[in-house]
Amino acid sequence: MSEDFAPKASSYADQWDWLFFVLVTVSAIVVAAVLVAIVVFSIRYRKGAAAFRKDLPGAFSNRLEYGWTTATALGFLAMFWWAAATQLHHAVPPEGAVEIHVLAKQWMWKIQQPNGVQEINELHAPTGQPVELIMTSEDVIHSMFLPALRLKQDVLPGRYTYLWFNGDKPGVYHLLCAEYCGTAHSRMTGRFILMSPVDYSRWSARQPQADNAAKQGEGLFNSLGCTGCHAQNSSVHAPDLHNVYGRPVQLADGRSVVADEAYLRDSILLPGKDVVAGFDPIMPSFRGQVNEEQIMQLIAYLKSLAAPGRNK
Amino acid sequence: MSQIAAVEPPPEESPTCTSYLDAGHTLVSWLTTTDHKRIGILYAIAITLFFFIAGFAIGLARLELMSPRGMLLTDEGYNRLFTLHGIVMVWFFLVPSIPATFGNFLIPLMIGARDVAFPRLNLLSWYIYLIGAGFTCYAIVAGGVDTGWTFYTPFSSLYANGNVVAAAAGVFVAGFSSIATGVNLITTTHMLRAPGMGWFRLPLFVWAIYATSLVMVLATPVLAMTLLLIVAERLFHLPVFNPHEGGDPILFQHLFWFYSHPAVYIMVLPAMGVISEVFSCFARRRVFGYVMMIYALLGIAIIGFFVWGHHMFVAGQSQYASLVFSFLSFMVAVPSAIKVFNWTATLYRGSISFEAPMIYAMGFLGLFTIGGLTGLFVASIPIDVHVTDTYFVVAHFHFIMVGGTVSAFFAALHFWWPKITGKLYSEAWARFAAIIMFLGFNTTFLPQFIMGYGGMPRRYHVYPQEFQVYHVISSMGALVLFAAYTLPLVYLGWSLFYGKRAGPNPWGATGLEWQTPSPPPEHNFDEIPRVDAPPYNYHPEKEEAFEPQGRS
Repeated sequence: MSEDFAPKASSYADQWDWLFFVLVTVSAIVVAAVLVAIVVFSIRYRKGAAAFRKDLPGAFSNRLEYGWTTATALGFLAMFWWAAATQLHHAVPPEGAVEIHVLAKQWMWKIQQPNGVQEINELHAPTGQPVELIMTSEDVIHSMFLPALRLKQDVLPGRYTYLWFNGDKPGVYHLLCAEYCGTAHSRMTGRFILMSPVDYSRWSARQPQADNAAKQGEGLFNSLGCTGCHAQNSSVHAPDLHNVYGRPVQLADGRSVVADEAYLRDSILLPGKDVVAGFDPIMPSFRGQVNEEQIMQLIAYLKSLAAPGRNK
Repeated sequence: MSQIAAVEPPPEESPTCTSYLDAGHTLVSWLTTTDHKRIGILYAIAITLFFFIAGFAIGLARLELMSPRGMLLTDEGYNRLFTLHGIVMVWFFLVPSIPATFGNFLIPLMIGARDVAFPRLNLLSWYIYLIGAGFTCYAIVAGGVDTGWTFYTPFSSLYANGNVVAAAAGVFVAGFSSIATGVNLITTTHMLRAPGMGWFRLPLFVWAIYATSLVMVLATPVLAMTLLLIVAERLFHLPVFNPHEGGDPILFQHLFWFYSHPAVYIMVLPAMGVISEVFSCFARRRVFGYVMMIYALLGIAIIGFFVWGHHMFVAGQSQYASLVFSFLSFMVAVPSAIKVFNWTATLYRGSISFEAPMIYAMGFLGLFTIGGLTGLFVASIPIDVHVTDTYFVVAHFHFIMVGGTVSAFFAALHFWWPKITGKLYSEAWARFAAIIMFLGFNTTFLPQFIMGYGGMPRRYHVYPQEFQVYHVISSMGALVLFAAYTLPLVYLGWSLFYGKRAGPNPWGATGLEWQTPSPPPEHNFDEIPRVDAPPYNYHPEKEEAFEPQGRS
């Protein structure tokens, strides 16, 4: 574990520190200015000291007030602009990120690597390429906090949230739960291990091999009987799931949605919610029959059926 | 009000009526009083009790945090202590602190009225507060709650194993006392101002309480609704927040912060009112930019309703919503900044003296400025993503609520103590306590900014080793702070029995409350004063000179 205080593992973290320290400097100047003003006035205008104490001319006071109100507002606007720009720049994950699935539960982190390797309370990731975490929770709200990357994202039950990063400094860092989640919240911690791509693939190869998530999903797809309806030659009329991920879907009620993880998840658990135009609402709900991990695997399989290069 | 004067003329034998403190010495006379001044004192006693209960809880937790391994408490015990600290401090100390004690006591006196508009509702609000506090005490005694003061779902509604329903009921009930106080003070300010007391002659404390009351009346019902939904899900399994039944866990956070962000202004606006009174009195100058100060108060109260989403930058809300909330959060800081500049400018060309209330007020100014500036940090989305749910945020809001509101509470306590009790306290001890409080506060909370920057999450019972040194400093500071908070109990208590008589106006202040004896008679004024001047008519160029706002 890195013993430095607040180690940095990405260029984004550098950018972040820069923004932070500029804000600290600006704040320190403001605090110093207020402090100096108070001290100077307190000495110069202390009771009993000889000083000029006539009222300020009204016009001067007004101009002073308009002046510092405008200056403050513009200063704040500039800060907002800079912060917002930094944020937007980091908003959309690049194409072709390594996708790692994260499942949070009271009180552990379950990680599944793209090749199917499973970890608990450890997250291995390669440096030098974008990595995207696709996260959900089994119970309450947790929060994936990777301080070395200056990143944090709440992990919600019943929904997917995403966090992407591009680490560039191999090392072992903290992985923490930041949203209070009950008794052992402070023990829901682990290690975030950034490795060079070579070390990462070497590490990955040494792990007990499992099928990758998509492969496991395919198995579930067959064993749960999904193929009975969704196969192309099936007698039951159900949408073809090839190439569905990432594309817009026309719904029976006239809306159109993009088939992302959340949509696919809802279709499995709440099939009545978004019925595809031209199909009868006959799909049964699989709630209770599949757990969060299996849903992730099913979605990974459906994603693998989509044409490559389509990401959201 | 002249009718009341006609019905109950002042007793013939003395030119001034008996003081409100001598109007009855029995417990019953206190528990059935409808005198706003006595009700203010009833509130003060209750909130002081809760302040120390909640302070004691966090004292234990801070002691525990001296070790990173958790030696003293269990996980569960630690969680229950910080939850108790948060719930009791927020709803049973901070929200009622200045409005229900000093607001109650002073608003009628400052506007030249005999009482609040609804004296019986005023007493009822105190009993409602006590009932709410009763539920909360039950929740504590029956084993505690472990949700944190924020009650996030679905944890609170489905998974938490403490007395969530009792705690929620306590907060729910206490909310009605907040609404009643708000309605009362708004009506009082509208209807009972003395002749000549126009809106732009009101002391800024009255304006601050007025703005606060508006927020209380408009925001608190949302909290009530939110808590009811938690109880509905927890007791009756109505799936509102449970995602496995089609509920939305994020909905809770929108509703909760729609109340709880404005609630921050419920806690800090009254403090701003206090500081304006104290600064202008001890600088012997009119508050700089009086009119702008009023617009700033109203601006904060109004914009404060539209910034709640800045609590949810990492919660899974849309990026674009976050941008809007970030922008509005920067904008709500503009009026706060103006207030800091105006207080500082009030000192310019003043004739400044440094009695205890002024030292507390100057402490407020420094700490509030730091609290406000770090508010800009957490309004910036990328910064907030890293520091939210860490000690950085803990330090930030303690700078506002403890450095700000509690400092102002002590400034008010020392400023109006002679008026309330008719006695003078030991100036030396009071100044000493003010300085110790400032130092203790900074020792406690400055290290928390550094920890938070380093990634120390809040609500952690055990924590990574590298943060220990900061926790130890912070705990030491908390010890100093505890001493500083107990000192006033001693010297103020002493002054009740042995203090010198204060006289009606020991500070030479201009407000109407100082134009009546200390402690004030039961009906405040023998004759309702006529107001013929703006507030803060101090003349620094002539030593001690001032013109009272009105005369009987």
